[in-house]
Formats: sequence, C-alpha cells, structure tokens
Amino acid sequence: MAKITIGKKACAVNPLKMSQPIGGALAFMGLRGAMPLLHGSQGCTSFGLVLFVRHFKEAIPLQTTAMSEVATVLGGLENVEQAILNIYNRAKPELIGICSTGVTETKGDDVEGYIRLIREKYPVLAEFPLVYVSTPDFKDAFQDGWEKTVARMVEVLVDTPSNLARRDATRVNVLPGCHLTPGDIDELRTIIEDFGLEPSFLPDLGGSLDGHIPDEFTPTTIGGIGVEEVATMGYASWTIAIGEQMRRAAEAMKKKAGIPYKLWDRLCGLAPNDDFMMFLSSISGNPVPLKYRRQRGQLVDAMLDGHFHIGGRKLAIGAEPDLLFDISSMLHEMGAKVAVTVTTTESPVLERVPTDEVLIGDLEDLETLAKEKGCDLLITHSHGRQAAERLKIPFYRMGLPMFDRLGAGHLVSVGYRGTRDLIFDLSNLIIADAEEHHEPTPDTWRTPSGLSIEAAATASTH
Amino acid sequence: MSSLSSTIQAVFNEPGCGKNANKSEAERKKGCTKQLQPGGAAGGCAFDGAKIALQPLTDVAHLVHGPIACEGNSWDNRGAKSSGSNIWRTGFTTDINETDVVFGGEKRLYKAIKEIIEKYDPPAVFVYQTCVPAMIGDDIDAVCKAAREKFGKPVIPINSPGFVGPKNLGNKLAGEAILEHVIGTEEPDYTTPYDLNIIGEYNLSGELWQVKPLLDELGIRILSCISGDGKYREVAYSHRARASMMVCSKAMINVARKMEERYGIPYFEGSFYGISDSSDSLREIARLLVERGAPDELIGRTEAVIAREEARAWAAIEPYKPRFKGKKVLLITGGVKSWSVLAALQEAGLELVGTSVKKSTKEDKERIKELMGQDAHMIDDMTPREMYKMLKDARADIMLSGGRSQFIALKASMPWLDINQERHHAYMGYVGMVKLVEEIDKALFNPIWEQVRKPAPWDNPENSWQAKAIAQLDAEAAALAANPELAEKARRAKKICNCKSVDLGTIEDAVRAHALTTVEGVREQTNASGGCGACSVRIEEILASLPVVAEAADVPVLAAAE
Repeated sequence: MAKITIGKKACAVNPLKMSQPIGGALAFMGLRGAMPLLHGSQGCTSFGLVLFVRHFKEAIPLQTTAMSEVATVLGGLENVEQAILNIYNRAKPELIGICSTGVTETKGDDVEGYIRLIREKYPVLAEFPLVYVSTPDFKDAFQDGWEKTVARMVEVLVDTPSNLARRDATRVNVLPGCHLTPGDIDELRTIIEDFGLEPSFLPDLGGSLDGHIPDEFTPTTIGGIGVEEVATMGYASWTIAIGEQMRRAAEAMKKKAGIPYKLWDRLCGLAPNDDFMMFLSSISGNPVPLKYRRQRGQLVDAMLDGHFHIGGRKLAIGAEPDLLFDISSMLHEMGAKVAVTVTTTESPVLERVPTDEVLIGDLEDLETLAKEKGCDLLITHSHGRQAAERLKIPFYRMGLPMFDRLGAGHLVSVGYRGTRDLIFDLSNLIIADAEEHHEPTPDTWRTPSGLSIEAAATASTH
Repeated sequence: MSSLSSTIQAVFNEPGCGKNANKSEAERKKGCTKQLQPGGAAGGCAFDGAKIALQPLTDVAHLVHGPIACEGNSWDNRGAKSSGSNIWRTGFTTDINETDVVFGGEKRLYKAIKEIIEKYDPPAVFVYQTCVPAMIGDDIDAVCKAAREKFGKPVIPINSPGFVGPKNLGNKLAGEAILEHVIGTEEPDYTTPYDLNIIGEYNLSGELWQVKPLLDELGIRILSCISGDGKYREVAYSHRARASMMVCSKAMINVARKMEERYGIPYFEGSFYGISDSSDSLREIARLLVERGAPDELIGRTEAVIAREEARAWAAIEPYKPRFKGKKVLLITGGVKSWSVLAALQEAGLELVGTSVKKSTKEDKERIKELMGQDAHMIDDMTPREMYKMLKDARADIMLSGGRSQFIALKASMPWLDINQERHHAYMGYVGMVKLVEEIDKALFNPIWEQVRKPAPWDNPENSWQAKAIAQLDAEAAALAANPELAEKARRAKKICNCKSVDLGTIEDAVRAHALTTVEGVREQTNASGGCGACSVRIEEILASLPVVAEAADVPVLAAAE
C-alpha cells in the first residue's frame, strides 16, 4: 500500500496541478450548445481558454463574469446577471454552466441565490438550464472540479423517472473521468454499441472536442450530449463510471434515479478490460463480439513483445490521481518499476498505486526524485519537457495540457486496442532512446581498474 | 585465380576442423554442412554468410551485385557496432534488371563501383557475388581487377553466391576472399610484442568493448579484429600480429589456420562468454604472446586482472542467488557459445533442465554440447503442441534460446531470453555475464506472466489450445500404451539423424543386419550422422544398448538403408 505524502514546500516549482474551475469548465464542454462561464476576473477565463486551445487546438467556448475590483468587493450579482443575459441573447446556448473561482469564493458570492433572483426577474430564464458549481481555485485540483461539476449536472439536469416501467434495458449511462480523451470516449462508445447497448456519455467530449468541423459557426460547444438526453438518463438500466473521481456522480445518479452503477478505477490493461467486456456481455445478454476476442489476443501479444523493453524500466510519473493510477498500474503489470509518483490532489485510489510513496507535489519534486532514484522513463503532461531534457531520459506526454504535440485529443489508452497502442508507443520511445543516446562505444564498459567491486557492478549494469 | 568450386573443395578439406579430420575421404568431399532439404530448409545462404562475416568491417563499402532481393531485402539488419565509420551500414547494390540478365551485368557493376568511389571514397569496396550474376556468368573477379587498376583502390571480389551452400560455408568463403585479396597487402605503422588478432568476432551489440578495456589495461593491442568494428587497413596488415584468438564459432577457422601456415601466427580457439572462459581466453592470449616474445611479466599481470574481474563478477552475481533459488532454466539452443555460460548460470543458483549438467570433464562438456545441438535441431522439427508439452513437462521457469523458438515460448506464456545473435544486449566478458544474470532476473520476475497466462474470461479453460494439446498428446500416449505394436512402431519412428532423416528403426535394423559396432559403420549403411554429425553420440548410445550380434548372415535384413 502506497504511503501518501503531502509536499511541505511553501513554493510550488513547475506546477503539475491546474485549477478546479477549468476542470469544471471542461466538463461543461461535453454538453451540446453549452457555454461555460467562470465567475471571476477576466484572467481566470483567459488562462483556461488559452490552455484548452493549445491542448485541443480547437475553438473553446468559455466566458467570464469579468469581475472588476469594485464588483468583487460589492458582490457579483450584477455581473452574473449581465453575463447570463448577454450569453443567452448573443450565443443562444442550450445551457450555461457556471463555475466559481478563487476571487468570488473569497468574497463569498452566493451564486445559487443570484440565480434564483435572476430567474425570478427574467421569466424567459425561469426554466433555462443554468448549472452552478462551487469550485474555488484555492482548494483541490482540476480533477476535483470535473468531479463536482459532473455530479452537479446529474443532480440538476437528470429527471427522476416518473414511470419506472419505461426503464430501457439497452440504455446505459457512462460517466467518464477527466483523464479520458475524446478518443477514449469514442472507443468506449464503439465498444458499448457493439454489445447492442445504447450509451449516453455525461459529459461527452467525444462529440464536442474531437476536432470535427461543424456545419456552421457556433460560439457554444459544437457537439456533446444534449440537455434533453441528459434529462432522460434516469431511464437507463445501468451506470458505468470510469475513474474513482466519478463515484460521486454515479452515487448522485443512483440517488436521483435509482440506477445501479459499476465503477472501473481503470480501463487501461488486460484484466480491467476483461472485466469490462464480461460486464457488458452480462448486462446486454450478448456474447463478446469476435472483434474484441481478436483484440484481446493482440493485446496479449503486444504485452509479450513490449515487456522486453518496458520490463525493468524505472518510471517517474506525474499525473492527476485517476490517470496516475491507471497508467502506473498498467506499466507495473508490464514489469516496470513505478519508482516516483507525483500527483495533484487526494483520492482513495492513491494508496493502491503500485509504488512505495505517492507525493502530492509539483514537477520539481518529480524531477528531483526521478534524478535521485535514477528513473529512466518520464510520463507527465507537456510541462515535463524541461525536466526530461535535464534528466536526459525518454519522455512520454500524457494528461492535460499537451501543447507541444498534435493529437492530444485522440490518444487512446482504454480498451484492449488502446492499451495495445500505448504499449507500442512506449516501447518504441524506449527503443528510439536507446538508439539515439545509448549506443555502445568502446568506452561503455571501461571502468577504472582501481574501482571497488560495488562500483564496478553498478557500472557494468549501467 | 582459383575457381569457386576448387575454393569450396579447399574449404571442405579444412584440416583445422576437428570434425573434418574424423571423416572419411568420401565424406569430406560431400562437404561439412548439412545438406539442404527442399521444403525443409531454413536459414541463410552462402551469400548471407559471407556478408555477415565481412559486413562488420566498418569503413568498407559493401556492394552486392545482384537483383534487389539480395541486398534490398536484408540491408542494415545486423547489430554489429562501429566506433568510427558507418559506411558499412549503407546499402549498396547493383539492383540488376532483365536487360542485365540478358546482356550481362558486368558494365553495371563497374559503373556502380565507380559511383561509390566517386561519392563515398571508401578505403575499399567489397563486391559480393550472388546467384543470378553467377548463373549468367558475370566475372566479378575481372571487373574488380579492372576497377582496382582504374581507380587505384582495393576492390575485392567476394565469391559466395547463395546457391553454393548454407550460411556457414559463406562465412568460410568470405575468409578465403580476404586471405586471397586483403591480408598481407599493407604494413602497420609500427608493431609491438603485444599485437593480437581476434578472428570471427563481430562486435554484436558492441560486446567486444566489454572485453577490450581489459586488453587495453594489459597493454595488449588488438591489431585487427576480423571483422567486428574492424577497418580495411587493419585486416590488410593483420599478418603482423604475434598471435590470434579464434572466437569459438568455427566460422572463420580457415582464416586462423592459414594465417598460422602462411605467417606463423599461432592461434587458439577461445570464447569470452562466461566467466571461466573469459579467464581462460585471457590466460591463453598472454601465454601465446609471451611464447612469441612478449615479456614474461605479462602473465602475472593477466592473472591479477583475472582475479580482480572474477571477484567483481561473482560479487555482482551473488545477490541474485537467493532470488534464483529453486528456479529452473530450460536451455534450448545449439548456439550457446560457451559451456562456461551454463556453468556461471548454475553458479548463480539456477537449475538447468533439459540436459544433465554437472561439473564435468572436457569430454563431458563436448558430449553435452553435442546433445544440446541435437535438441536444437529437434526444436525446429517440433510442432507447437509438442513444444508446449515439453515446456510444461520441464516445469521450467524460464527458457533461454535462440530467436527461432522464442515465439513458442512466448505463446506458451513462458519467460524467455534471447541468447543468440539476434539479441539486444551484450553478454561478453565478465560484465556481460553479470548483465545476462540481470536480464534473466528481469524476465523471471516480470509480473506480465501471471496476466497473459490467464485465459480470456469468455473461454472455457478446457478449450484452450494448451489444454487441447496436452489432451491430444495424452490420448496418443494412452493409445500407444494400450497397443504394444503401435508403441513399437512409434518408438522405431523416432528421428535420430535430422540431417539425413534417419529413424531409430532403420538404424537398429542396420546394426542387426550388418553386425555394426561403430558409428562409421552405421553411417555407411544408413547415412545417419552424415550431416552435421551431432547425432553420433546418440548412435553410440544405440550401439551400446543393442546386444552384440555375432553373425550378420543369421539375421534377415529387415529394412534396407534408405
């Protein structure tokens, strides 16, 4: 069981963590026609906007209540009212999702109260979907913002079924964690549909941030799950939650609509996918399609081929809890040593990460520890690139943001196929690194003759 | 200029080869290599062998005269390493077309040589003959001679077209080519009493460099390594070395022996695989150099280095002993370069299965090597289900083998480590042995095995191919047990000589019919052991197990020799 340590530094250096409100905003982006709105100063939004634009390389809908100094002191009712009206009139959204920020939480704005007042004042907004989540920047992290927002969407947008007899046996709800990419969502959709089931993803980034070109310009999200579909999620027969962070939303769904849920804390690797396939087979009553039987064989083969390269590697990984648990578990099963793990926030999965210690810290910690422990594979988001350069070890980008490579939204790590491809990518990275940096030379095995036995032994194993 | 066929005959007559010396005149003519069986052949051709032997010469442009298949399908696929030039990794081929086949490819070859010299200016060009130009009669010797005269650079013909035989014949033909055209053509800047040739070492994965630092420390100079990380000029002046080490494989024995004959350079056969062999080789190098005039004190210094390196290596292996306790290694290979690798693995606490291994005499070692060589052949002929049963019956924890059987091991979900030439890691010398132990540890304890052995959740374990294979084999065994006649038939059908495809029954019948008492007798009657000769030990066992038949005439001839 991993020991969880919380970093004691006063100064975070090279942060791994991103803030809660933009995690919430991203969750809202998985709804069709949505406009996420950060209740805070302009900068809160613009930093988040730039981050997402660089990661997805897409137009990102994200608005701000543009709190000024005076408004912040006096309270933000007017700004929230103005923002909602402007967005409603100009962007014609189907939903506005509001996340609070550090500045408005410090003041203590009662946004739920504001929304009530605004609905009363403007009858046109009385029934309009407005979802508010409290996500102070100074608490928790990106993943938590996502977690709270999805749970809140369930509470607000899902209707309690009025007639349980209308429950649809083929419908399943899927609540994906923020560690899944649009590509992952699409892969899961295909898998679930191949069992004859009809999935509703909440949120559905696969429909909105997959990079498709929309027919006409819209300032809101260009796809994703519709509010009306979310409302009927209560009629599904099962909820599938992916990532420990989604337990809260799954519980909310259970409470609201009485739907049982099953949670996978990871979907990268052989065993969790075996389990996933058998679950889909049992709830659908259909056998596992031939396609996945073949894919399983391919994954086993990829594991055999990849273990020569991944086995024995010392991994340093920095990621949010669910991604950290998912990827490090898979690599542990491939024979890698999970030597250094740094994460952003607390989570029940952390103690199950296959390592001695999980540190809640930053990329400086990751770099220092990786150097100390002699790690030779680094996995984290794009901000790890400087550390990788200094450490001179192979670097694989995972997580958000990934701003210096293309296709971040289409990296797939779920399912047999996603795991297979991830194993190939990592193995190839290691092979390329060996070719570029570790070609033997006449001096590779030369040791000073006076060296101690231990030193020579270490040198020989380089 | 000697003709190709006479060169091949000369290679077959190689007196330095122990196996050869034991053969009859007629057998020797047939050649030292396994006859290729249409439909049953695997492995490389003579061209492949020649290229493998010489390609590690790093500053030479290796030009393949032939259609695109010979070079296009195989270039830059060797794991040899270079400390200098990388021109050896550039693929050069004449890529002959239909017109060349009709009108001859000599002009194209000449132009190709010209282009290479103009563009790359290598110290030498090696021209490899292949089947098609050999068939249409392209005279590469003449073209090379003309090019040499025109461009003033060594252009060396390597006459080893694929169809003349298998890979190991090609190794030797490559040796003949450098003996004839390269060795002795230049002089070194200076010589020392510590100049050594290493012959038949290819520096795969850079493993020569695992040993070279020790030689450097002792002041021993590798005058020429043929051919790993070698340079053309070094080969050209290699005749000035004081001694040669011929690396275990017999690939280039003709080079070592002829250099002794022509230039008086003594050689020994040695290996740097395993701890004791590394020490033996260092000792032997020192002894030969001292014999040839190096100061006596070299021997003392060598012993000091050996003692230090052995202590270091054993100390590095020591921590693995408790981890390896009770772990079994199944060895399947004809290609284990050295006995001392096995000895070191045992020393590290691993139990070797599949062969009886004890601290043994030299003859015993030879014998086990032979036995394992035969097993390696058997593996090639085994069906996957038989292989699986063998793995399962051996209850081994890991399999060490050459690349060809790896997929069976992997499909049978058994940890596996490559110890033949295709491997990625360098295992030579003392540090290499420690690396091998470390790699075994890594493979053994990888958690992947537990997962991949699990059947798919939708599969009934009884329906897995593994279960079916065992069930089928068990059923066959039961059928044999119930029917003595069938069992006898199966027993007699056991293949003894794989090269010549001779079964046990045929041999037993021949022994009875002709009152044979020697392997030679069996060979004359049945052809068994007429190939690689590895089965001679088994034939001796068969002879020993059969009652001596006094009168051949009394016994009816049951089966004629095929």
